[in-house]
Amino acid sequence: MADTKLWTRIAVALAAVGTLALAVGCPPSKPKGSKRPAGASDIAVAAEKTYVPPGDLDEYYMFSSGGHSGQVFVYGIPSMRHITTIPVFAPYSGTGYGFDDETKAMLGNLTWGDVHHPALSETGGDYDGRWLFVNEMNGRVARIDLRDFKTRQIFGPVPNISGNHGSTFITPNSEYVLMSSRFSIPIPKGKAVSIDRYASEYKGVAAGLKIDPKTGQMSLGWQVLLPPFDWDLGDAGKKLSEGWFFLTCYNSERATGKLEVTASQRDRDYIAAIDWRLAEKSAAEGKGELIGGVKVLDPKTIPGLVYLMPCGKSPHGVDVSPDGKYVVGSGKLQGVTTAFNFEKVLTAIKNKDFAGDEDGIPVLKYESIKDAEVPVGLGPLHTQFGPDGMAYTSLFVDSALAKWKLGTWEVLDKVPMSYSTGHLAAAEGDTVSPDGKWLVGLNKLSHGRHLSVGPSQPESSQLVDISGDKMKLVYDAFTEPEPHYAQIIKADKLKPIEVYPKEENKHPLAIWDVKDAGVTRKGNEVLAKVVVVRSSMTPSLIEVNEGDTVKVALTNIEQTTDELHGFGLLDYNINIVLDPGETKTVTFKADKPGVFPYYCTNFCSALHQEMQGYLVVKPK
Amino acid sequence: MKRLLERSHALLTAPVGATPRVLALVAALLIVPTYVAPLWNLTMFAPQYGDGLRLDIYSYKLEGGNHGQDLKEINLLNHYIGMHDLAEEDFREFKWMPFVLGGLALVFLRAAVMGRVLDLLDSLVVFSYVGLFSLWSFGYKLYSYGHDLAPGAPVKIPPFMPPMIGGAQLANFEVYSYPGLGSYALFAVGFALAAALLLGVRASLRRPAAAPVARGGP
Repeated sequence: MADTKLWTRIAVALAAVGTLALAVGCPPSKPKGSKRPAGASDIAVAAEKTYVPPGDLDEYYMFSSGGHSGQVFVYGIPSMRHITTIPVFAPYSGTGYGFDDETKAMLGNLTWGDVHHPALSETGGDYDGRWLFVNEMNGRVARIDLRDFKTRQIFGPVPNISGNHGSTFITPNSEYVLMSSRFSIPIPKGKAVSIDRYASEYKGVAAGLKIDPKTGQMSLGWQVLLPPFDWDLGDAGKKLSEGWFFLTCYNSERATGKLEVTASQRDRDYIAAIDWRLAEKSAAEGKGELIGGVKVLDPKTIPGLVYLMPCGKSPHGVDVSPDGKYVVGSGKLQGVTTAFNFEKVLTAIKNKDFAGDEDGIPVLKYESIKDAEVPVGLGPLHTQFGPDGMAYTSLFVDSALAKWKLGTWEVLDKVPMSYSTGHLAAAEGDTVSPDGKWLVGLNKLSHGRHLSVGPSQPESSQLVDISGDKMKLVYDAFTEPEPHYAQIIKADKLKPIEVYPKEENKHPLAIWDVKDAGVTRKGNEVLAKVVVVRSSMTPSLIEVNEGDTVKVALTNIEQTTDELHGFGLLDYNINIVLDPGETKTVTFKADKPGVFPYYCTNFCSALHQEMQGYLVVKPK
Repeated sequence: MKRLLERSHALLTAPVGATPRVLALVAALLIVPTYVAPLWNLTMFAPQYGDGLRLDIYSYKLEGGNHGQDLKEINLLNHYIGMHDLAEEDFREFKWMPFVLGGLALVFLRAAVMGRVLDLLDSLVVFSYVGLFSLWSFGYKLYSYGHDLAPGAPVKIPPFMPPMIGGAQLANFEVYSYPGLGSYALFAVGFALAAALLLGVRASLRRPAAAPVARGGP
């Protein structure tokens, strides 16, 4: 009996402890903040808004930077379907990019690039659909022609520019592509100076590359010498601020070593305002010094060329409002984003309302030029715009987007993002007339919101509907590494061709008739002119001698859309893809004797498999 | 017998009224569209060719849709089954057709000027002859293309007759063949001439009493 009583007591005690535990509470399995009703959108509405039925087309193109993949990704909005990849700075065997003579020469010795900020060409501050410019960190800028979605020029590495992160930003009438040095070095390149003399001997540089208004071809313009801060991101002024170029920096401490700490000491760094029209004029007048083959202008000797706007703290993005009046800088180590009034900037310049200088460059008084510090949230990075004065700022630390209004500076809404948004892109959201409607958060982390693919996880791009008062997250897309910035343009502004018209093909080795195909020899140089068409390659036999230099000139004589053909030559690492009406050449040394099949790689027709031939390399 | 011949002679040489003459003039004018509009249209659809491949046959030329590209594409596809290229130089019709059509217009104009039943009858007979011959020739052309297939072609198919009017399924293609605007103008020519002739004959048959008076009476 005593046993029974003991057991009863133990049971009662346990029950009491359990009840107490329930009453006090135990750690939740999820953060309480994970219930985010503001971001959850009605599933059916979201599905209907983003669903583009088979055969239907998207409303917008999104050109997304591919980061260190070196490429540009093209998406359709609102479906968020990845439509194609435009290879730019890295070989891409899918389209044979970097294998034929022309693209191989364009890539040069650099077969990677870290693409950051695509910029669509503009007319009157609005996208005109002609070209897309993209930068990469090695100091190059590429131009993609939107007539055929092909990379047509890779310019650089530009002299003196080191770590071209702050690029490409384009002036409102596509006069210049702007770029800058994130990692200051002694210039010209090749000069080695002790890091101890960083503060005085290392130089920051901003550059304007001239764009030919007809062809889009870039050439060296002018450069502006800047203090050795880490020049980070920029935007070209428009309308009210047209003629100016804004550029943020961190490390105005001029620190070296562990920048994480040493460059985060000051409460404010700067946004540089550069009068690029004056730079253009000064360079034309012969001012400046030739360094590394470029006219470099020193603001010390050209008054009015550069002013520094103090901006807290370690600012990242700077974005100019559609009317050009506000310059919005986001201090990434702050909880606010700062709106500068450019009218006040001009007044302060006129009144010489300065708070000091950096290497002879006047520093404007913060209080005189600032209109508001908007409490958007933690870790603000970039701002995009909608119609009616709406502004949207990405919050990296908060992992959210904030919506606020220019002028009233009210924060109107927030939507959580998954996770850690870097850039954001709104439909035509950096032009003089933003569309609103859609906003894409380009997130750095996806943290397994997708089917698991192992440790190497993709990034995420999330579509947000901004047509109503409240922002609504409507779609998750996963992207290859690594989208930084993107441009979203109304689809009807682009009118791409789908075949290269025969009459436009001026390639000296183009042939259009199998009668002209064949192999000719000059010494030990062999030229094979090949006609490629469904479903044969003519000639189907190319005979050369070991040691010959072989040039194969291929013409796809098709004029039908989507009739691409490939030329894969086994064991020689040759992979060419020809669009309809295109001629490409590939030159190689026949250094391996033997018989090597070549074949069509791009499935073209029912008799695609039969589209093949042989390269015979006779041994010495 | 003599009376019959006389009567038929009288009928044939009888003048016609204004309407039949205008109709003959209209018939002559209706030849004009055959120089600017196709006589026949061929359209082929397949899943890969949602917009269709189009071929217009004029009295003097072939014209592919999509700035001529469709004709190249049709020939490119046809090479798989060993069909001869559709090439303008193989169409002897293109050499004589425009002249014959012009000749027809002159015959109709002459009928409008002369204004006799006989001229209208001539017009209709010559027109019918040319029309029927052209149709037969076109049909024969289609038959030849569908039957004279190269023996070494990659894809062997039984010889076939492409549709002349209407649609047919040929492998993965829905093929449609219909007269073009030019042919409709020609059909209208036929109707105009037939109507002119009928009106002319009816009017002259309704004047039996007047005829003897004209000849001085019995």
